[in-house]
Amino acid sequence: MESKRIKVVISKVGLDGHDRGAKVVASLLREAGMEVVYLGMYQSPEGIVRAAVDEDADVIGVSYLSGEHLVFTPRIVEEMKKNGLEDVLFVVGGAFPPEDIPVMKEMGADEVFRGGSLTQSFVDYIREHVRR
Amino acid sequence: MPGQKKDRPQDLAARLVRGDRRAASRLITLVENGGPGADEMMKRVYPHTGRSMLVGITGPGGSGKSTLIDHLIGRFRKRDLRVGVVAVDPSSPFTGGALLGDRVRFQRYAMDEGVFVRSMGSRGYTGGLARATTDVCRILEAMGNDVVIIETLGAGQDEIDIIHVAQTCILVLTPGMGDDIQAMKAGIMEIAHLIVLNKADLEGAGACLRSLEAVLEDAGGRRTEGAWNPRVIPTVAWARRPGDVSGMEALEEALLAHQAHLRETPGLRCANERRVERELRLIFRDALEKHVISGLEGTGRKEEFLREIIERRNDPYSVVEEILGETLKKPEI
Repeated sequence: MESKRIKVVISKVGLDGHDRGAKVVASLLREAGMEVVYLGMYQSPEGIVRAAVDEDADVIGVSYLSGEHLVFTPRIVEEMKKNGLEDVLFVVGGAFPPEDIPVMKEMGADEVFRGGSLTQSFVDYIREHVRR
Repeated sequence: MPGQKKDRPQDLAARLVRGDRRAASRLITLVENGGPGADEMMKRVYPHTGRSMLVGITGPGGSGKSTLIDHLIGRFRKRDLRVGVVAVDPSSPFTGGALLGDRVRFQRYAMDEGVFVRSMGSRGYTGGLARATTDVCRILEAMGNDVVIIETLGAGQDEIDIIHVAQTCILVLTPGMGDDIQAMKAGIMEIAHLIVLNKADLEGAGACLRSLEAVLEDAGGRRTEGAWNPRVIPTVAWARRPGDVSGMEALEEALLAHQAHLRETPGLRCANERRVERELRLIFRDALEKHVISGLEGTGRKEEFLREIIERRNDPYSVVEEILGETLKKPEI
């Protein structure tokens, strides 16, 4: 009777209008047996974190394709802290210079995947690192 | 407020009643997963329920349920009512995964403290809802929401469990879904208190509206006196220009009229009695089944019974009789 499913909130943030990647990831995670709440485009860090609170999500995944990753990553991390989501995994994906990966990790992203990553790699990453 | 993930269950219910989102969210997960302690939790929540308006929205996938709910949330918020929404989408029968896409339509209330939205996968439950939806509604009631809106997954003809949860059931249809014979069929058409013909700006909407009205009118002649007469409300929930959205005021008005009707007549009391009786039966059946199965666990008797039945040395009816007889003789349940 008891069944626990991994719940993931997938979102775009800011004025970035390219949602193909986020949709592909959402579908892949669904096929991997996870429950994926898809928020779509033009979300704010506050709105994404609020959704994660209401949905009791295990993971927040945000996709950047417009160069705003260094602006929004710290804001999302801060908002997560403010709401007590320290045990929620924060995963970033998208297109950005490789040298920004350690910067985003330093800012508080748990893992970063660039375009071209193997799809199985982030499914495995989430399964292995979910904290609850 | 950091560190609340390690919440003690007994504190959760108390925090829920004070309107704490995190407590509501954790409790919902608990009942959704059906883990140990879920029943104990619901015992604490139950006394705080029974005061909210429960509105169900059902209809085929893509008919506009979420978009209509988005408008309804806005209207209820203008009346300063707190709104809870539970939106169900289908889980995969193969992997158990689900894409929960209703929340996309409600994100403009993302920062409104008076709105709480929760998405659920159906997790193999077939009535158009998820098994735990009733309990989730109770949690949203106890949280202090004046209105709880329940959105079913895309429902066709027979996914009618919403009638056991909601007080007012709204069925959303669109033009071009078939002739009046479809509308005369049993099932989902019968449970609707209000029928919304959404996308009423599409071709064929006029004819569709007339045939729905005709079907309802025919059914009305067979209704007992004082019973609610279902209405059809044409709406346009989404339009390229926001000014072209229409029918929302009429929908709100009809919804409130049905709620008033429920409260002025024995309607609500009768529906409550039916609902409680049904729920009691379901919980009883679940508990009995759990009890019986756990009694067989590890004894090897289950396998023995299965073999006997397959080899036609016994039959399922006699096995149930035998097990039930034994179980009922045991004093401790």
